[in-house]
Amino acid sequence: MKKETQKTINTIIPIGPYHPLQEEPELFKLYCDGESVKDVEWITGYNHRGIEKLSESKTFDQVFFLVERVCGICSTSHPFAFANCMEEIAGVEIPDRAKYIRSIIGELERIHSHLLWVGLAGHFLGYNTVFMWAWKYREPVLDLFEMISGNRNSYAMFKIGGVRRDIENDKIPRMREVLDTVKSKTNMLIGAVLDDPVIHARTKGVGVLTKEDIIKYGALGPAARASGVPIDVRRDDPYAAYPLVDWKVITAEEGDVFSKAKVRLLELLESISIIEQCFEGLKKEPEGAIETIVKEIPAGIGTGRAEAPRGEVFHFVETDGSNYPKRHKIRAPSYMNIPTFKKSCVGQSISDATIALAAVDPCYCCTERMGFAYDYETKEKILNGKDLLKLGQVKTKAIRAKMEQEP
Amino acid sequence: MTGAEVKQNIESKWSGKISEIGLKSEKRLFVTISPESLPEVAQYLFDDLKCRFITASALQSKRGFEIYYHFSVDVIGLIINVHVVLPESKPEVESLANISVATNWIEREMHELFGIIFLNHPNMEKLISEGNWEEGEYPLRKN
Repeated sequence: MKKETQKTINTIIPIGPYHPLQEEPELFKLYCDGESVKDVEWITGYNHRGIEKLSESKTFDQVFFLVERVCGICSTSHPFAFANCMEEIAGVEIPDRAKYIRSIIGELERIHSHLLWVGLAGHFLGYNTVFMWAWKYREPVLDLFEMISGNRNSYAMFKIGGVRRDIENDKIPRMREVLDTVKSKTNMLIGAVLDDPVIHARTKGVGVLTKEDIIKYGALGPAARASGVPIDVRRDDPYAAYPLVDWKVITAEEGDVFSKAKVRLLELLESISIIEQCFEGLKKEPEGAIETIVKEIPAGIGTGRAEAPRGEVFHFVETDGSNYPKRHKIRAPSYMNIPTFKKSCVGQSISDATIALAAVDPCYCCTERMGFAYDYETKEKILNGKDLLKLGQVKTKAIRAKMEQEP
Repeated sequence: MTGAEVKQNIESKWSGKISEIGLKSEKRLFVTISPESLPEVAQYLFDDLKCRFITASALQSKRGFEIYYHFSVDVIGLIINVHVVLPESKPEVESLANISVATNWIEREMHELFGIIFLNHPNMEKLISEGNWEEGEYPLRKN
């Protein structure tokens, strides 16, 4: 298949291992015929961190800090899934107050991650105002994290049986104020992005994934929900406080970049609503009841999952009665989402390829849990990151200019 | 549909191939099957039960190499863990990548980390260790 394609194409455009589109090293080779992408090849393994192996040498308490570092952006999803997994093995039920606190952390993380994506997507399309806004309004969310956990990232809130820190009831009104600011700014951002005719022109019909594609690749999260596959672990396999609050799973049908943006933006409002309800729930629970004491972990196997901003995070742990995991398998959502590039990028123009790649919010450290190397020997023609970014932005400018000319 | 019904369906359809089956909770089903029957059981899970493939976890134990294939029935939030045991002297099993592309990467990863051989895999190239690891070295094997 690959050889056949190589015969018919003239140019190979590498994106990566270093590229502003990507937060981590990864190499995409776009096989192009003129402006059109014919095939995509994906190369990874530049920096394997060996976290699964490392986990076997840590105590269960230490593993939380380790898996929190699998990914910097969705740093709480992995402790969340790991906690669910360990509590399944130990057969522990955690107090409601801890459930609310866990859900607050999980949803705040979804808000900051989605805002980060909206900003990056705006940047790729040449909308630097969207980029500045989204990242500006992400700041108060990080402030909330600091108020709750003392950290802006990597919150160290989870432990087997509950959470490490309480949210004192007298702090809630101040947090609500910050959350209200986030809510009003989010509403403004949603209006600005979803009503913009140039963004419509630039993202509708681009990088389409059909329902069948999603099922075939086993894709997850907003990428699946934007194609009409309504899967969400928070509802399907309920955990933490999600069964205790009212919320709905946001879906769209078209499967293009616009739908994915729409799903993420509307999920922001759902997350804010969940947090508000959790704050109300906290007020009803006694302060300080944040954990169930777990004395030992029996031998056994367990599976735990949590809905990260990018989709389902899955952990599998085998225990042998000691204080260490015997085997720990981690599967992050991008591992399932990235292979869909084969479908979403092929047939697109080069200037649309960047946003089609970015649309599933790929997170490579999730995928390979790995660092970096650079191939000095490569002699392939390189259209570098700046050029590609420029192509994407120039196309938006051209559409905008054309729209302005039309009456 | 409930977890108990799914268990019953699998039990009645694959009775000869199952060595162990049990519901750990309403949402967690464990099934141990013979490695030879893996492709047909997987086909049944994909086609009849409309399962989504989550991932697979390999591990090494006294029994040899074990693989848990995790499937999700999202409408009822059930995880079906299909378990196979492969002898240490001959860790070979049929690849599922020809049935579902979703299994492609994880089989390559398990091959690199444990040296398990997936027969008839369409593309057994290295996924995560290109240029970094020695040939024939499997980092998660317990030697």
